[in-house]
Amino acid sequence: MTYDESLKQLRERFGADSVATSEFRDNRRVHVASDKLFPTLKYLKEACGFDLLAELSGADYLHYPDAKDRYGVWYILVNTNDGARIVVKTFVNDPDPRLPSVYSLWHGADWMEREVFDMYGVVFEGHPDLRRILMPEEFTAYPLRKDYPMRGRGERHNFPELTRAEG
Amino acid sequence: MPLETLERVGLEQSEEKDFLWTLNFGPQHPATHTTLRLILTLDGETIVKAVPDIGYLHSGFEKLGEHLDFNQYVTIVDRMNYISPVANEIAWHHAVEKLLGIEITPRCKYIRTIFAELMRIHDHLLCCGAAALDLGGFTAFLYAFNQREKIYDISETASGQRFHPSYTRVGGLLRDIDDDWIAQVRAFVRDFPKAHADVCRLLNRNRIFIDRTRGIGILSKEEAINWSCTGPIARASGVTRDLRKDEPYLAYPDLDFKVICAVTGDCMSRYLVRMDEMLESIKIIEQAIENLPSGPINVDVNDKVVVPNQQAVYRSIEGLIQHFELFMTNRQWQTPVDEVYGAIESPNGELGFYVVADGTGVAYRARTRPPSFIHFAVFPLLMVGHQVSDVVAVLGSLNIIAAELDR
Amino acid sequence: MAVDIPEFVAISRLDALANWVRKNSLWPMPFATACCGIELMATGASRHDIARFGAEAMRFSPRQCDLMIVAGRVVMKMLPVLQRIWLQMPEPKWCISMGACASSGGVFDTYAVVQGIDRFIPVDIYVPGCPPRPEQLLQSVIDLQEKIQRTGTITGKEFARRDKSEAPVHLAMQVPPAETIVAPGDFGSATRLHD
Repeated sequence: MTYDESLKQLRERFGADSVATSEFRDNRRVHVASDKLFPTLKYLKEACGFDLLAELSGADYLHYPDAKDRYGVWYILVNTNDGARIVVKTFVNDPDPRLPSVYSLWHGADWMEREVFDMYGVVFEGHPDLRRILMPEEFTAYPLRKDYPMRGRGERHNFPELTRAEG
Repeated sequence: MPLETLERVGLEQSEEKDFLWTLNFGPQHPATHTTLRLILTLDGETIVKAVPDIGYLHSGFEKLGEHLDFNQYVTIVDRMNYISPVANEIAWHHAVEKLLGIEITPRCKYIRTIFAELMRIHDHLLCCGAAALDLGGFTAFLYAFNQREKIYDISETASGQRFHPSYTRVGGLLRDIDDDWIAQVRAFVRDFPKAHADVCRLLNRNRIFIDRTRGIGILSKEEAINWSCTGPIARASGVTRDLRKDEPYLAYPDLDFKVICAVTGDCMSRYLVRMDEMLESIKIIEQAIENLPSGPINVDVNDKVVVPNQQAVYRSIEGLIQHFELFMTNRQWQTPVDEVYGAIESPNGELGFYVVADGTGVAYRARTRPPSFIHFAVFPLLMVGHQVSDVVAVLGSLNIIAAELDR
Repeated sequence: MAVDIPEFVAISRLDALANWVRKNSLWPMPFATACCGIELMATGASRHDIARFGAEAMRFSPRQCDLMIVAGRVVMKMLPVLQRIWLQMPEPKWCISMGACASSGGVFDTYAVVQGIDRFIPVDIYVPGCPPRPEQLLQSVIDLQEKIQRTGTITGKEFARRDKSEAPVHLAMQVPPAETIVAPGDFGSATRLHD
């Protein structure tokens, strides 16, 4: 189903004011609140035919001009039958950023949600195994947040040194 | 990983199941194509459960993307899928040029298309060669590497470096190509099908290769879509999706080629899809190099996104000002305060960049949609019930590049 | 070889013989992590042939190797693995740090990448480049062969003398103490299944 038809159906189902849209270049976006996120995605998958989750990721809008919320998470859905693409965007805030997991809809969300958790600290409720994926398990900070410095805080130097004689 | 994590992923030993044992595969192992780690729970030689542990090459690419401008970050992006370097650059600048609303010149489109297809051949040669190497066929690997050296030579003629050329720029390319390059590409197009036939003769009807890859690691079409697979892996399972045809970009609308698909979804069909895609790529390169349009490779200098050439910078005041504007860190490109997603069909799948811009010439967030990361998540699904030696075959067919996996 | 022989001319001939043998049959342990790993494979392939120098037996078991080529960037999570593999290699052993990322962190001055493996592993030869051309890697193998010929001994006692740290000054010293975080737990357990 194309973007315009899906939008019409979404508005009929969830009410015109819970579905805000924006467009830029060829990206067509739908903005939803985090509590309406799971029903919207479920409807898009089952009724509108968006069966491929192309991308799930987030950003920290701490230093963004005119940002109202801190963590934005986007879901890019593709309909493999007619090639339509839609971007669903939602926002969560500190403290305790939480979102429902979409693992039950698309299994591909498994690792993508783990990465958002690892890099930003957004917890996905209902995820079967939410733990760090790219950083070591003992790492305590969330590296892609804007208040974490690029060079880290000395964790990369914190290892024992081997001299030649010990070898 | 710590002991508590083992219990959470279900790797603990229980009383009834104490015949199961755990094998650690990697992260330093010849067949895990660099730095992947698998924790296999085995019943004898049969795999009961496979848990991947990744992150052994996580270098903070996306954090670097927030500190480097659009032309500097292309050098970093190059190092992501390091076996098809220029494809990453094309994807990155595709997204950035979409953000800035720039339409590149026809000559630039054709040259980028030729490079994209050369890199497709480059990637598939390594994937098929390494798949053969892991299964024991060293000769196919050497034949594949020999052809890759020719592509390295083409890359070196265009930009000066054989590997990681950092050839694309916002609005154009580093420098124009010359007749020497065209001659090299033509020679490659002429000579490649014979080398391709050699590798096919070695592997396609090879009893050992067939026995080790047919029926192994079967991925059904519904699973492929549900697990977000794209590229040759999805096409080998029957998902007929190729961004070159579905969302055409660069010079693909003008070129005639087929999209290769299969239905079985096992390692053998993935290998065959890649081999045939290489022949389609040769067709595309041949059409593009014969119809290469003349003209400038960079967009008009007055659009203020491209660095003017050296003569203009040294001899005209407008050129000098323009050069300054693009390099001074508080000026650079005037980007809209918005975000965009742009994707291309890289040899591994859909490689996209989600660029969030805040008005300056440095991306606020440069997210890579990494096909290898998404495909490696499918791996545990493919391995259940197979044997330890099949791990190598399946891993080779999924073409997991650790740098794109971990970024 | 734990042979205690006093030094005279026959010894240096014996040393020279041992060095000649060892340098012409270096068996590399390719610790290939990233892009430099592909150039390492290209060096082993037919056009630039590392077999000419006796080094084509790339055994992936550290117990059978004497040259560790660290090709590619080493991140925090991978460093304990690197150290463990170095310790598993038997003497005499040498290390080539291939590429800018292994030598100094390269372009990746980020939170995750170790800024040069020589901070944590003793390195004999550095190869600059991103990635180094196969010819540069072959030159480094030739340089290592000269180093072995000039300074090697049959008992390997030149290694026992290098007991000081060869790393550059620890950068953690340069970060103000208030900003340095020592994360709980040692990162070595990231690769161990059981504590």
